[in-house]
Amino acid sequence: MLKTFKLGGVHPPENKISANAAIRQLDIPKTVFIPISQHIGAPSVPVVKKGDTVKAGQLIAQSGGFVSANIHSSVSGKVKKVDTIPDSSGYPKMGVVIDVEGNEWEEAIDRSGTLVKEYSFTSEEIVGKILENGIVGLGGATFPTHVKIVPPKGMKAEMLLINGVECEPYLTSDHRVMLEKPDEIIVGTRLLMKAMKVDKAYIGIESNKPDAIKLLKEKVQGYKEIVIVPLKVKYPQGGEKQLIKAVTGKEVPSGGLPIAVGAVVSNVGTAFAVYEAVQKNKPLFERVVTVTGKGVKTPSNFMVRLGTPVSELVEAAGSLPETTGKVISGGPMMGKAIASMDVPVTKGTSGILLMESAESKREKTLPCIRCGRCVSACPMGLEPYLLQTTAEKQMWEETEKNNVMDCIECGSCSYTCPSSRPLLDYIRYGKSSVGQIIRSRKK
Amino acid sequence: MSNLLTVSPSPHVHTDDSARKIMYKVVLALVPAMAWSVFVFGIDALRVTLIAVAACMAFEYLIQRYILKTESTFTDGSAILTGILLAFNVPSSLPWWIILIGALVAIGIGKLSFGGLGNNIFNPALVGRVFMLISFPVQMTVWPTNTQSGIDAVTSATPLAVIKESLKNGKPISEIMPELPTGMDMLLGNIGGSLGEASAILLILGGLYMLLRKVITWHTPVSVLGSMVIFSGILWLINSEGFANPVFHLLTGGAMLGAIYMATDMVTSPMTGKGQIIFGAGIGVITISIRTWGAYPEGISFAILLMNAFVPLINTYVKPKRFGGQK
Repeated sequence: MLKTFKLGGVHPPENKISANAAIRQLDIPKTVFIPISQHIGAPSVPVVKKGDTVKAGQLIAQSGGFVSANIHSSVSGKVKKVDTIPDSSGYPKMGVVIDVEGNEWEEAIDRSGTLVKEYSFTSEEIVGKILENGIVGLGGATFPTHVKIVPPKGMKAEMLLINGVECEPYLTSDHRVMLEKPDEIIVGTRLLMKAMKVDKAYIGIESNKPDAIKLLKEKVQGYKEIVIVPLKVKYPQGGEKQLIKAVTGKEVPSGGLPIAVGAVVSNVGTAFAVYEAVQKNKPLFERVVTVTGKGVKTPSNFMVRLGTPVSELVEAAGSLPETTGKVISGGPMMGKAIASMDVPVTKGTSGILLMESAESKREKTLPCIRCGRCVSACPMGLEPYLLQTTAEKQMWEETEKNNVMDCIECGSCSYTCPSSRPLLDYIRYGKSSVGQIIRSRKK
Repeated sequence: MSNLLTVSPSPHVHTDDSARKIMYKVVLALVPAMAWSVFVFGIDALRVTLIAVAACMAFEYLIQRYILKTESTFTDGSAILTGILLAFNVPSSLPWWIILIGALVAIGIGKLSFGGLGNNIFNPALVGRVFMLISFPVQMTVWPTNTQSGIDAVTSATPLAVIKESLKNGKPISEIMPELPTGMDMLLGNIGGSLGEASAILLILGGLYMLLRKVITWHTPVSVLGSMVIFSGILWLINSEGFANPVFHLLTGGAMLGAIYMATDMVTSPMTGKGQIIFGAGIGVITISIRTWGAYPEGISFAILLMNAFVPLINTYVKPKRFGGQK
């Protein structure tokens, strides 16, 4: 029996149509737009101005606080302006626009492909390099890695979990990184373990990626402290709490962080980025992005410079299909629908999914038939049908009492509802309203 | 592509299942038992089923169209299902006008007066059935038996009625049992009763299909039947001459129909597995109590309706297991 988490979960069609497409380097675009806020936390502060010449890997925005991250230029060229442009959220966000000239990198970066396994850094030095090179979680939540791997006072990390689950349908970027950069991921994992001062790491991978499981199992031979854990395919296993439960059997308490059970979770892509940052001095300025969808000519996985507009990626995968009705940044379960093809790729962009117009529209909402499927599907053990009603009626006390703040917004409830009810939409409304009430209470 | 992209919050994919598909899966699960009822009770069974289904759909349409003035939902599968279940709960000899009244009560009072699909507290088909049973006790308890035996007009009491009457007259169980159909007869449907009581085995098969297609979960049926067996088993162990045995209880009356198709009605049963087990246990105990001590020989319809009333309470107090162990 393969391990998995117990409560809830759904199994949407996997549609991993780009799984066999090797990572291709995408051409550098003529202009990039690099937002100064590509992570959770405070936006960074730009340190370049119009007319400055920059190289790839050069710092262009300095971390703006404790929970924040450095931003580096992904290209060489001239700063055209520092201005606002709508990002995947749809809101105009401050960023640096750079006109590309050539492809010059910072001298300190090791551009060779040779694998550097050995290191003699202290934990603090590793954390410093991660901070300096702007590494954030690449699974989508983009939490700054240097903050995550240093436990708050009084807490102690006992294990590192590397997330190779990629439970979102369609997405294959993590899968490809595991297949093509396995050694680098292992070195990155060891670096993270060293930084966290733990001696145990698990790499969780769903069983729909047998090639990655096999390859990484071979690669960890000789490293007893790293264990590959094959997992049963079930969404949302890539959620931190679900992954910890699946691998260790421990439940992160309500409102708590993974560190409460001694765990820190990092994505495989992040492990690779940590390797590059520490061993190659390479800041995080490019990442692997899946471009996929039923109408896409050549579903692909690209290595993309951050700041590249989505339209360039779509063009490289065989131009935008006529039938496209919706463009999603991320996967179909948790990704964001974007309003414009000019939105730039950022640190959190794991994929671009083009949905056919026929599948883009929601079905008609029908009355709740009280089938209870949303309750069985909820991985947090909540009652989505109830939260929807209490949020809709603005009964905030009831909404809070029924643990709305524990919702991880995985969308399993809305996915499974046979009456196509907008469960998660109302739960989000409930979460933000109750969240506000809780914050004002603390003041 | 048009230049306009759809923008909406996640999730962007949706299961291909729908309320309508669920309803039709239940209908499909009922088809074998329906066919068998026609085989056993003759063309009259078909007549009753067709009238009930047509009446339920017609009343839903007419009431929504002319009284509530809302968009009509009579084709969403739920009215058809109510019609079939209503037919399954009456004898094949029932006059057409009683069926019409039953359908009107089921749809009009049982369902639409509460706000339509999803809002009704009580199982509509059972509301209709109980109304007919109380209002037309004679017509509702005349049971044509197996017409395959060649004699059409014979009617007989149901095994449950026989056992109740005999026990009241002081006959011990060991003397009553030989007069009743065998367990095999009951399993296959060679007994008098409502349309849907004809074959336990086909009802179970339909139930297994619904389990497999995830229309229902095991909780409610297992809990109803399990608690019936346990409760009647205890009574039987105490006095095997004064109480019928558990297998008899399982195979007679509407036990299977009630446990698998009526109690599992999504709208009127609890949301969580745990809640469904409590709900089912209540139905089992009340059913056996009515059969043993009540005025009616069969009690599962009353038991389900009574427990329907507790569903909101169960939903309020029985919460799913929360992740992270919070309250």
